Amino acid sequence: MQWNSWSEFLAMGGYAGYVWGSFGLTLLVIICEVFALRLRRRKAIARVKQLQSWSDQGLEYQE
Amino acid sequence: MSAINWFKYAAPQTFYPLAGRLIPWLYVIATLLALAGIYISFVIAPTDFQQGEAYRIIFVHVPAAWMSMVIYLAMAFWAAIGLVFNTRLSSMMAQALAPTGALFTLLALVTGSLWGRPTWGTWWVWDARLTSELILLFLYIGFIALRASIDSPQRADRATAVLAIVGAVNVPIIYFSVRWWNTLHQGASINMSSAPKMAVTMLTGMLIMALASWVYSIAVTFVRVRCIILERERHAGWVRQLEEVKS
Repeated sequence: MQWNSWSEFLAMGGYAGYVWGSFGLTLLVIICEVFALRLRRRKAIARVKQLQSWSDQGLEYQE
Repeated sequence: MSAINWFKYAAPQTFYPLAGRLIPWLYVIATLLALAGIYISFVIAPTDFQQGEAYRIIFVHVPAAWMSMVIYLAMAFWAAIGLVFNTRLSSMMAQALAPTGALFTLLALVTGSLWGRPTWGTWWVWDARLTSELILLFLYIGFIALRASIDSPQRADRATAVLAIVGAVNVPIIYFSVRWWNTLHQGASINMSSAPKMAVTMLTGMLIMALASWVYSIAVTFVRVRCIILERERHAGWVRQLEEVKS
């Protein structure tokens, strides 16, 4: 363990912006990707449901 | 013969529920590995005597750079299988891998830049390693854009497959660039060819982070391929019968 205090840990030997920037950006990208995929799945399911309800009503649909 | 019929899993209909069952586990494993990797990166791995704390960026940079290349090769592989055997799921896999690969390439470039500034004194140089990695990003973007520009999914499968296969030439160029040319990247104290010289804890941290990236990539690719299956097979009877659609 090389850190004597939290502030020393956060300062990263003067490279805080570079180190936390790298890890922070990576985390942000991962969160965005997982969230975007959740939205995409919800949309895809909604679309299939819509098509199903149209065909249940005997409607012709065009895409 | 009790051999497993692998072709069974080549059908979207059988792969969809299988992937669905695996995804939660993959997410859990990726998270645990990432937590262990971050712990090693910040608590166990010692300060580098040359680079100080800035070197800790490699714990995200190197795995991201590896994934950018591995995912491209996987994408080209599935695209080629789809092109040759005309299997729908293979082309869908290639399509699902592209955005994650592009994101890892972007992360590799940006974190590399954030590492280069304090270590080399510059955000960017046009050396062979950095330039070929940038070309990789353009290949991913080209792959995604080409698909988006073609209305017929089957035609898009074929066109993007050709692009992916031709572009695969770039991957060995990236990998060997530090040996073939006298790049600035090579001058750094840490790179893949000198990995055994690293402190064991540093190497362990990097490998665990790489493993976490692998599992994460598989998880999000499965999630995305399931979306693509729902989108492309929306008229299929089995899709209409899915629990998530009926409820």
